Amino acid sequence: MGRVFKIAARNLLRYRRRTLLTTMLITIGVVAMLLFVSASGSFKAMMVGQITDSMLGHLQIHKKGYVSSIDSLPLTMNMKGDVARKIEDTLDKRDNVEAWSPRIKLGAMFSNYAETTSIRINGVDPEREVATCPDLRDRIIAGETEPLVERGKILIPELIAKGLKVEPGAAVVLVATNKDGSVNGINFVVQGVLEGISGPGGRDGYMHIDDARELLRMEDKEISEIVVRLKDPKKLEQALADFEATLSSLTNQEGKPILEIHGWEKLSPFAAIAKMIDLMTLFIKIMLVSIVLISVMNVMIMAVYERIREIGTIAAMGTQPGSILQLFIAEGLLLGLLGAAIGTLLSVLIIQVLQKAELTFSFGRQTGLVLYPVVQPADVILASVMVVVVAVLASLQPAWKASRMDPIDALRHV
Amino acid sequence: MRCADGSKATRFWNLKVTDRLTHGRRMMSLVSAQSVNKVYRNGEVEVAAVKSADFEIEPGSFVSFVGPSGSGKSTLLNLIGCLDRPTSGDLRVVDTDVAALDRKTAAAFRAQHIGFIFQDFNLIPVLTAAENVEYPLLMVQNWPVARRRKRVGEMLEAVDIMAQADKYPDQLSGGQKQRVAVARALATRAKLILADEPTANLDHTTAYRIIDLMKRMRDEFGSTFIFSTHDPKIMEAAEMIFTLEDGKVGPAERSESHG
Ligand SMILES: Nc1ncnc2c1ncn2[C@@H]1O[C@H](COP(=O)(O)OP(=O)(O)OP(=O)(O)O)[C@@H](O)[C@H]1O
Ligand SMILES: [Mg+2]
Repeated sequence: MGRVFKIAARNLLRYRRRTLLTTMLITIGVVAMLLFVSASGSFKAMMVGQITDSMLGHLQIHKKGYVSSIDSLPLTMNMKGDVARKIEDTLDKRDNVEAWSPRIKLGAMFSNYAETTSIRINGVDPEREVATCPDLRDRIIAGETEPLVERGKILIPELIAKGLKVEPGAAVVLVATNKDGSVNGINFVVQGVLEGISGPGGRDGYMHIDDARELLRMEDKEISEIVVRLKDPKKLEQALADFEATLSSLTNQEGKPILEIHGWEKLSPFAAIAKMIDLMTLFIKIMLVSIVLISVMNVMIMAVYERIREIGTIAAMGTQPGSILQLFIAEGLLLGLLGAAIGTLLSVLIIQVLQKAELTFSFGRQTGLVLYPVVQPADVILASVMVVVVAVLASLQPAWKASRMDPIDALRHV
Repeated sequence: MRCADGSKATRFWNLKVTDRLTHGRRMMSLVSAQSVNKVYRNGEVEVAAVKSADFEIEPGSFVSFVGPSGSGKSTLLNLIGCLDRPTSGDLRVVDTDVAALDRKTAAAFRAQHIGFIFQDFNLIPVLTAAENVEYPLLMVQNWPVARRRKRVGEMLEAVDIMAQADKYPDQLSGGQKQRVAVARALATRAKLILADEPTANLDHTTAYRIIDLMKRMRDEFGSTFIFSTHDPKIMEAAEMIFTLEDGKVGPAERSESHG
């Protein structure tokens, strides 16, 4: 095999400029793909991480119909305390669950005694919430962060803090209407201000779950949702299917399941953007394949054409068609390997520069997000394998043609 | 005399067996043609390039096919070289029916028994002189490295091109290239060396030297040389001459200079 590669390599060196150009083309393709994949991949991972780790968790359990009317935060669609307990028991028994957190979601009027606005609030158990959404605390841009939220205090969204000029420590009053229609107001102290992020719930305030119950004068320990954090987010689909199966045993009198389960993808519009990114990645891959296919095939067709007499000579000497095939495929393979290697090297370098540069970008209302592209070994392997395989495929036809040549015709060729 | 290996099933290893048989029985002819015809068909047009050729060539001969352009020299040499098949007639080379060889077995047969020398030298440009000589041993016959080195050295020595061993073809003169080509053709100790106008691209002096070298190689290694030429002076160097005219092969003539 080594001898075949030696001859192939020498032939590539013989047409140095052409080899260089083809290698450059492949290199550009590889760099384009790896840069795009690593940049979009890290953007996606960051956004998904932010959404799941500071807001939505990996999956959520609600009473059936809650999510479709989530905009109005309907208290009538909360899960009863006994149902909640059953769910919590189930979750505790699952070893794919890292943490879970119950929430009461409510809408209220927020007043700083001068101005009033509406606010959406999550009533949470601070410890469970932090375990389930570990990055939530990072979003507190002003005020105390430990514990997440104390009794009698609230975390308010940045928008309200700015709009009503409320700072941590300020006394405010929250007024809410409970399920039965009676109104209740409680005084709170602003503990901190939460940075807003894109997506549903990205501009909600937080208070202690017991304060929420008090505000709403709840007797039963009912909740609006349970947020679940999985040990392995990649196994979301499995977990969803598993919970679906288990929790569908909780039914109403008509035997219909009373709960609904959603993965974060169903709850956040960012999932659509993530899908777009995947689609674009696919296009880039198709482009890479086309570049390699066309450039290698082009070079190999030329190589075979230019070397017809050489092919005739070695065929006359008794070189088996299979060996001639190998000689040309080896050439395509080497081109692919060269392009993949240089492309990977260059990509890693560029990515390192990008990491150092700490380029920032904005997404929606969020500004100053740092683009931190990371090359995954899997992507490098994928790109390299793609390039090499396609390079070999592209040289197959020309190589086959060379191996089938009639020695007399080939020798007569001028 | 017919040989079982003339069948389609002829293979590399079978050929080796045939080889030994041949030696054992002391075959009379290395090449034997009986009413060999070659007709080229280009659509409606038919060209009879070789017409009813009959000849025998003994092992160790130094033979020339001579004739004007278009007389069928190349066609005949291609047939003998198992690069082409006769349209009709019986052509046996090293005891093998040429017509019975298919693409692969013909390649194996050539690899084993036939060496080629070309008018345009046809060295592989990316290989040095030594590597060109090594090529058939390495890429065709798959010899182990030590044996290969030894043989390449011997051959370069024999054609007196040792000093140019590491030069690439484009650094060699025409005569030097043809020496390398002779060494390459003989590297496997092929029984039969075919050279279609080996001197056409060389000046007279060099041409004679190459023919002389070929003859010395025949003396040294016992291979049979068949070359074609349209140059009457070069022709004289052959020991046996077949004259071709319009596809017809004349009777064998002993060259005067060889009595
Ligand atoms: N592939 C082919 N198709 C059709 N006709 C052919 C083909 N090859 C050779 N011929 C014809 O066969 C005849 C013999 O050609 P050949 O090449 O054998 O002659 P030659 O003696 O080698 O000539 P030269 O000295 O010019 O090389 C010529 O008339 C030629 O035109
Ligand atoms: Mg000719």
